[in-house]
Amino acid sequence: MTNIPETGRTPRVQIRLIVIQVLVLSLLGTLGGRLWYLQIREGDAYAKEASGNHVQQVVQPAVRGSILDARGVALADNETRLVVSASRTDLLKMPDDGKAVLTKLAGVLGMTPTEVMEKVRLCDAETPQPCWNGSPYQPIPITDEATAKQALQIRERAEDFPGITAEPQAVRRYASPGAANTAQVLGYLSPVTDEEIQQAQDSDSPYLRSDMVGRSGLERQYDKELRGKAGVTRYEVDNLGRVIGQAQSDAARAGSNLVTSIDARVQRVAEYELNDAMKKARQEWDRNTNERYKADSGAVVVMEAKTGRIVAMASNPTYDPNAWVGGISAKDYKKLTGKSSNYPLLNRAIQGQSAPGSVFKVIPTAAAVNAGYSFDGPYQCSSSYSIGGQVFKNFESKGYGPISLGRALEVSCDTVFYRLSHQEWQRDGGTKPKKNANDWFYKTAHQFGLGAETGIDLPNEVTGRIPDRQWKQDYWKANKDAWCKYGKKDGSYAEKIAYENCLEGNRLRAGDSVNYSIGQGDTLVTPIQMATIYAAISNGGTLYDPTVGKAIISADGKSVQEIKPKSHGKLPISRQTLAEMDDALAGVATRGTAAWRFADVGWPQDKIPMHAKTGTAEVYGKQTTSWFTTYTKDYAVVMTISQGGTGSGASGPAVRNIYDALYGVSDDGTIDKKKALLPTPQKSLPKVRTDGTITSPKISKDPAKEQRASQEGEDSADQQQLAATVATPSAENRDTRRRRRRSRRRGSRRMLT
Amino acid sequence: MTGANSFQVSGYGPERAGWTRLFARDSLARRLDWTILLAAIVLSLIGSLLVFSATRNRTELNQGDQYYFLVRHLLNTGIGFALMIGTVWLGHRTLRTAVPILYGVSVFLILLVLTPLGSTINGAHSWIKLPGGFSLQPSEFVKVTIILGMAMLLAARVDAGDKQYPDHRTVVQALGLAAVPMLIVLLMPDLGSVMVMVVIVLGVLLASGASNRWVFGLIGTGTIGAIAVWQLGVLDDYQIARFAAFANPELDPAGVGYNTNQARIAIGSGGLTGAGLFHGSQTTGQFVPEQQTDFVFTVAGEELGFVGGGLIILLLGVILWRACRIARETTDLYGTIVAAGIVAWFAFQSFENIGMTLGIMPVTGLPLPFVSYGGSSMFAVWVAVGLLQSIRLQRPMSA
Repeated sequence: MTNIPETGRTPRVQIRLIVIQVLVLSLLGTLGGRLWYLQIREGDAYAKEASGNHVQQVVQPAVRGSILDARGVALADNETRLVVSASRTDLLKMPDDGKAVLTKLAGVLGMTPTEVMEKVRLCDAETPQPCWNGSPYQPIPITDEATAKQALQIRERAEDFPGITAEPQAVRRYASPGAANTAQVLGYLSPVTDEEIQQAQDSDSPYLRSDMVGRSGLERQYDKELRGKAGVTRYEVDNLGRVIGQAQSDAARAGSNLVTSIDARVQRVAEYELNDAMKKARQEWDRNTNERYKADSGAVVVMEAKTGRIVAMASNPTYDPNAWVGGISAKDYKKLTGKSSNYPLLNRAIQGQSAPGSVFKVIPTAAAVNAGYSFDGPYQCSSSYSIGGQVFKNFESKGYGPISLGRALEVSCDTVFYRLSHQEWQRDGGTKPKKNANDWFYKTAHQFGLGAETGIDLPNEVTGRIPDRQWKQDYWKANKDAWCKYGKKDGSYAEKIAYENCLEGNRLRAGDSVNYSIGQGDTLVTPIQMATIYAAISNGGTLYDPTVGKAIISADGKSVQEIKPKSHGKLPISRQTLAEMDDALAGVATRGTAAWRFADVGWPQDKIPMHAKTGTAEVYGKQTTSWFTTYTKDYAVVMTISQGGTGSGASGPAVRNIYDALYGVSDDGTIDKKKALLPTPQKSLPKVRTDGTITSPKISKDPAKEQRASQEGEDSADQQQLAATVATPSAENRDTRRRRRRSRRRGSRRMLT
Repeated sequence: MTGANSFQVSGYGPERAGWTRLFARDSLARRLDWTILLAAIVLSLIGSLLVFSATRNRTELNQGDQYYFLVRHLLNTGIGFALMIGTVWLGHRTLRTAVPILYGVSVFLILLVLTPLGSTINGAHSWIKLPGGFSLQPSEFVKVTIILGMAMLLAARVDAGDKQYPDHRTVVQALGLAAVPMLIVLLMPDLGSVMVMVVIVLGVLLASGASNRWVFGLIGTGTIGAIAVWQLGVLDDYQIARFAAFANPELDPAGVGYNTNQARIAIGSGGLTGAGLFHGSQTTGQFVPEQQTDFVFTVAGEELGFVGGGLIILLLGVILWRACRIARETTDLYGTIVAAGIVAWFAFQSFENIGMTLGIMPVTGLPLPFVSYGGSSMFAVWVAVGLLQSIRLQRPMSA
């Protein structure tokens, strides 16, 4: 026991054993620490990952709600189609990225391989349409028009088509009832994008990867209501995907139906008449430009005067909304958005803005009365009005002597408004405005709701523009550099204008105030704004927010949520003035510029008092814009055709035909209640039964053509009585009728403004 | 430690071998290390539950009998327990004399594995199929043999009082003794077992008091050897891939990294108390492969949570702690070296096994002592427990 301790060990061994012990314990400590880190600190994250691991979601897509017209006719609903889709994840697993499979598939579907491959590529900044902008993990639809035979071919040879599925799916259908396509109002759908899913993640209506989202029109505005909520069943699965239990199940909730105030028949008539009016306008000769009118675009709005509800809204050029269903093709996309397309996706009733011309004159009339001028006048309607050497002519340089404001509206006398506006401009201090200038003419326009959105329940409405002092200042600031560069004192007309603008474009000049008073110059309005204003004049002064949606009815019909009319203000005119203005506008239809479209051609003014105002707006470098604003006690109808000619000339017959259809009026003034499509606005809502079916009346194939035909029938009957020349209704008949209307025009024509 | 008490125990020796001494007053049964025994039994029982949970739904493995693995694990434990008793009965000193036979048998068995009699499981050709669905993994027994053999060589002259430390020649002999079976196991290739054996050799050398030069030399050679093995392509692709996946499990989540990933998810999702026995969805869903053997700890992690996983680590810690004490307190170097070798073996194998499920060690096919399903491993660790008990019994009673 000298140097060996009693345990039989040297200090070296003893120390090493302690080292081993410490080492061992620290190893175990490491394990414990790591275990704590994984289970306690990061536990939640792993728990989440674990649940994602063994839970498979099976999504039952919610059926999107229908969009119905006021009587329950479906404008947009769903149909079952055989959809062939490709899973990108499966395709990419193949050595050739699935090219062989897609080529084979193209053969079965009768498409070219390129077409199919373009459909499954992902959209990015450099990839043009067509491409897939939905989730790359979701099956990408290649066609939704597969025949049963094609689907069978794919399903029976599943091993030849890995990653390809062919299944029946509910697909959006824009049914075009009665040939009314209502394209821009309805809008369209496209697949949800990753960003949208992220954004909506924490909202109360999150998106699913397979969701389609409304991109414009009603589909977008009421997307949340229409979409419903997809059902999700979560199954617990094992590592091979075998179901070992059901974790959670939320039943799908079908989207609600949107009842609109649109009447499919009136919509069809409006679309047809607008298109027809534009076609006719293109045959007319424009003496100013020495070519035919281009009539490149147009819009018409039929509004319930007492509620602001839209009965019909048409925009031309138009398109087939079904082009978007199942992914848009490259050709279609180019046709809809290309430079030469003239942008049919635009809803020109709310997104087209142009100078209003004389339909604007109700605003300076109200402004003048508000500024203290008497309605009765008299005011000198001279053939021209000059300011410092600059001559502002009346339309066709005609004078009417001293007249009232009402008469000035009737005959659309420009000089009366020139003078009043100029006087007010001077009173406000001219180019050096007083501190608290009244600016009656501008203030009133704003009070009429111009220069701002009407608040219609459609996305992307534009505001139009009231060129008041503030706007002049802002606009000059933004443009003066360009003007000053381009402008020349003794250059061309455009250069001179730019030069002038450079010098004093920030000031409201006398000429500006004069041009503005008749809705020219920089003034811009939208058809929906004008419809809102004229409906307000009809209903006693309430400016309603126009609405297309009338009610949201749940899929089982149990919950009905009405969309009540809302107003955004009152016209700034007294009852008295309103009545006088109302009289004057009736005068337009009986004695004034629109008489040759109404009173002179058999409009039953005593039974259905018609009020109208015509407008022919000049646009620098373009042909004149045709405006026609009208109203009865129930409806306001506004039509405009860009580069279409005069107000009553180009738009007149179309608007008259729309009224004829609404009220069942014939050319000779008789009213046939049976033929009237909608003599009073539709009040009741369509019924949605608990099983989801909707009661709706049958609708004829094309109400517009029928209406034309019935009128022609009467015409021909007339003429048979008169001349007994034409036996059957034919295309020739229509010409005859037009000729008849035209022949009367000569006698009754007063002025086209 | 001297005094009256030491005389009372001095009578215990081989001459009184036999069952009687088990039941003698103040003796064997009393002086057994009950802590180690209890911890090992509890671990084995926990293991049987975990193995049961992992296998009761695996019809492709359990041949339609959901208790198949449970029964076998318990049976293995029982056999292991009997082997322990046998070991204690024989005593580690008796076994010292049997080392040449044990060594010969072990080497013969691992050589047998290399012949067509051996079978490949999970890329390692390290099993011998036995009739009745059993299979033998001789490399488990080689671990014991190496410990005993090296201890015998290294301790012989020191215990005889000739030397204070084993001399260089002895060390070389001992290393040579270990190297032969290790090389054979490396050829299988069963890299995990070789790693354990390297650590065992290191532990044995440390405890033997061999010169520091040997210890550091061995560490250095081990490192160089590892690099050489890597560079010379001795490793199969699957082994390299496992190491790469350890470094970055996201590399190939469906392939090699899958195990690591799923294991980590299973353990991480357990939280504090786990999903409850038989309620782990990762386990039920069979997302973790080899869950009854190498990845058995993931079942504990998921179903029993931090509490259960921590308990397993704690029990292993208790065994190791006691084993370290046994190593320090025994009188002869032979016992010390054997105990230290066992400590190195258990510690490294536990650390490697649990560490790979926690994602801090590369994936190798090593069982978790007592807990993992597998007869050979179970027998080997219980024999080791028997050795520890025997060493403790033959040291003088501490006061």
